[in-house]
Amino acid sequence: MKNRAGVWLAGGLVLAFLLLFFVLPVGKVFITAFQDGDGTFTLGHFEAFFSQGLMREAFFNSLYVAVMSSVFAALIAVPLAYFTVRFDFRGALLIQTLGVLPLIMPPFVGAVALQLIFGRSGSINLLLQQHFGFTLPIMEGLNGVIFVEAIHYFPFILMNLTVALRNIDGAMEEAAMNLGCRGWRLFWRVIFPLAAPGFVAGASLVFVKVFDDLGTPLVMGQTNLLAPQAYLRITQVGLEDPLGYVISVIMIAFSVAAMALSARALKGRDYSTIQKGGGSLQRRRLTPMGSVAAYAWIGFILLLTLSPHIGVLLLSFAKVWSFAPLPDAYTLEHYRTVFADSSGMIRNTLLYCGLAATLDVVLGVTIAYLILRTKLPARQWLDWIATASLAVPGIVLAIGYLRLFKGVMIPGTEILITSTWVMIMLAYAVRRLPYALRSCMAALQQVHESLEEAAESLGATKLRTIQRVVVPLMAGGILAGFVISFITAAVELSATILLVSADSKAPMSYGIYLYMQSIAGRGPGAALGVLAIAVVALGTWLSHVVVERTNNRFAARPVDDHLPTLPPPLPGDAPAGPTAAAQR
Amino acid sequence: MKKVSVQCRNLRLSYGKVEVLRDVNLDIEPGEFFALLGPSGSGKSTLLRVIAGFNRHQHGHVRVDGVDISPLPPWQRNIGMVFQSYALWPHMTVWDNVAFGLVERRVDKATLKRKVGAALELVGLGSYAQRRPNQLSGGQQQRVALARTIVIEPQLLLLDEPLSNLDKTLRVQMRQELLAMQRRLGLTTIFVTHDQEEAMTTADRMAVLDKGVVQQVGSPVTLYDYPVNTFVAGFVGTMNLLPGRVRTRNSQMLTLDVDGVGELRFPAPADAPAGERLMVSFRPHSLRVDVADAAHDARFVWMPGTIEACEFLGESTRYRVRVGSHDMSVDHPHQMGLSRFPVGSAVSLGLEPSQVRLFGV
Repeated sequence: MKNRAGVWLAGGLVLAFLLLFFVLPVGKVFITAFQDGDGTFTLGHFEAFFSQGLMREAFFNSLYVAVMSSVFAALIAVPLAYFTVRFDFRGALLIQTLGVLPLIMPPFVGAVALQLIFGRSGSINLLLQQHFGFTLPIMEGLNGVIFVEAIHYFPFILMNLTVALRNIDGAMEEAAMNLGCRGWRLFWRVIFPLAAPGFVAGASLVFVKVFDDLGTPLVMGQTNLLAPQAYLRITQVGLEDPLGYVISVIMIAFSVAAMALSARALKGRDYSTIQKGGGSLQRRRLTPMGSVAAYAWIGFILLLTLSPHIGVLLLSFAKVWSFAPLPDAYTLEHYRTVFADSSGMIRNTLLYCGLAATLDVVLGVTIAYLILRTKLPARQWLDWIATASLAVPGIVLAIGYLRLFKGVMIPGTEILITSTWVMIMLAYAVRRLPYALRSCMAALQQVHESLEEAAESLGATKLRTIQRVVVPLMAGGILAGFVISFITAAVELSATILLVSADSKAPMSYGIYLYMQSIAGRGPGAALGVLAIAVVALGTWLSHVVVERTNNRFAARPVDDHLPTLPPPLPGDAPAGPTAAAQR
Repeated sequence: MKKVSVQCRNLRLSYGKVEVLRDVNLDIEPGEFFALLGPSGSGKSTLLRVIAGFNRHQHGHVRVDGVDISPLPPWQRNIGMVFQSYALWPHMTVWDNVAFGLVERRVDKATLKRKVGAALELVGLGSYAQRRPNQLSGGQQQRVALARTIVIEPQLLLLDEPLSNLDKTLRVQMRQELLAMQRRLGLTTIFVTHDQEEAMTTADRMAVLDKGVVQQVGSPVTLYDYPVNTFVAGFVGTMNLLPGRVRTRNSQMLTLDVDGVGELRFPAPADAPAGERLMVSFRPHSLRVDVADAAHDARFVWMPGTIEACEFLGESTRYRVRVGSHDMSVDHPHQMGLSRFPVGSAVSLGLEPSQVRLFGV
């Protein structure tokens, strides 16, 4: 049958792509980590890793930073989530907005801005020193990394926990009150355990993201963590150094472990318990005092989460800003510099991310269709492989590319494949594929099969049906997937930093990083950062609009009963994507 | 255990302009199994939640055993409630669910163990203690919810549509179990339902609510035989209603002109309401069906009609019969081999005058 051949061909092409640009490079990293010079299996590299004091320290530092960041992110997010669900007050909307704001900026950009505000000679400490005679060492050492990461990633916990709390049946709480339980005991014995799966999902995301983050510690000069160590090993010692691969394997192992933990926490514990005759938790009215306290706390958090944005904005307009709470003078010079020197970087970002996102939605639609609408054997594997890239840090994928394609020339030329920008683009595509895929799957699940059957019964072939019915109906989801892939790729640094072979091929994220290396470059770097934020914010808003519109279109029929069960927001700098939006 | 009484006095509750309870008065006797019956939106669940303390009334009192409990929060009332959704906590085992209230009451370990064990035995789930709620069937979950509530020895038991999430056969079985349990414990119980059959089969007495107002209180038989208005008549069982105008009336006889039917003569009931317009009401089984041209037994009041539809129920056949401009439900007892009246055939309906109830309009 013609259709069958087409299905096999499509499946084969997708599989070939995933194997070549994901499975093989990562596999190569694993093999290298466990292989001796003569090719035999060895655990020697791991022994070497753990016998070096520096490496052991990096390992424990990474664990410490990831755990503490999750803890502080939880401290910020848990009260906020509880406020929105429990109380009837306008701040709830503010919290929802606040939940997305930090994500629309790469964390390493925020790090620079936070230095200027909370650093040793930052605005806050200068003011404290002047008026009270003491300073707060917030941005010192690992604590600084923890501070920046917690502020950046707490929305993951906020979003997941809010959804989980909203899904609790009010009768669950009333039953406890009826049996004599109230106040804190009520929260700890009933409400929190019921929302715990959402909390664990969010917290494990924070853990993974922080554990894998390269840009923030590099910018803050904290190199004794695993990701910066892997980067330094590869760039300074060379591609042959086995320790870089050992670190890569350890990072993947922790990502997988954290995700497995979260999957376990969610498995069989769908505590979204609203049933017949039930409603959500009863909202309470805040007392005037409570209202003031809640607003004060939210205001404080809002200010904290906005401080990187404010800092970057100020820095991009600042002529001179050092040892002063605010810049001494303002200028547009930095923007002029950026447009003069770095328009190539802006163009590169648009090119790489545009191509990567296009590739992602093509792959996403294909995989979604193969899984949901065909009986191709082992089709689920395509989904699993594509989604597995979530567990692979960017730097690891980049190392895999450099290793696997080492010495490979573009056919017919003398140009090394690894020296071209195609590698960067492919790394973006592979890393962002899970977002686009989720988005396409959700979109296709909403297109009822009978709509296709109707087209076929009227004489349309499979391919024509896909063109004329399926793709138009999925358009919203496809566009949302494109935008998410695009904007998250636009701020990715960890794969970029290893794969950029020349400044002329660098995208914006790398440019910001490069600028930020020198004091003089901070202004233009911030200006480029502001542009990146603008791009991401615009994209986020766009995807939100698209998703809303699509949801409205489908709202006409009762879809609630068989809406796809969406996974928790994917790890990554994905802001209000279809996942977040659809869970509301 | 001491059996308590419940009094509701002048209860009023409204959300903004929507009045949910309007001046509700109820007296529930100690040890009674009392049903609150009404359609959805009648305020029956709200009334139950007021007694439990989850909804706040703006006016009136709730007294349990003579004590006004209105100012108490739910956790100080010691009133057990079984929720419609059961509200079993999915993160706890059956044992922990049942033990919850005792833990809150700081009961010592040995007593807790004894009481939880006994409660689970009582509902026949002793061997399910370590299961999780989602590993139980609907009926088992319902029993756990019941065990969880009675283990704290509440002074009063509230059941909010406890059987509505069960399938029909299980529902019949569970309502008998519930009743047996209530009798054994002697616990004053208030039971909310929209199912009149459920209320009639279980309750000692019941209150029918509509639009936030108590329409009638009484035993199931009283409400069925002597409904005070057409709402109660129509909600408790099926009732046929014929509007008519009084032509003549004296102490013995009443002659009515029924729209589209003609003249009907009844022996006047002692409690017949005054007024020009009356509503004649009677149950489907108070009518007999006969072929149109049969000789008519003079003890009945006869009306001509046409069969419009019929449902075979086993012990009887329910016909929908067109009489003038009105549709009547008629239950005709079934015997083996008895053939049915075909749809469209002309029949005569014989009404037993002693089974007629009259309402003012």
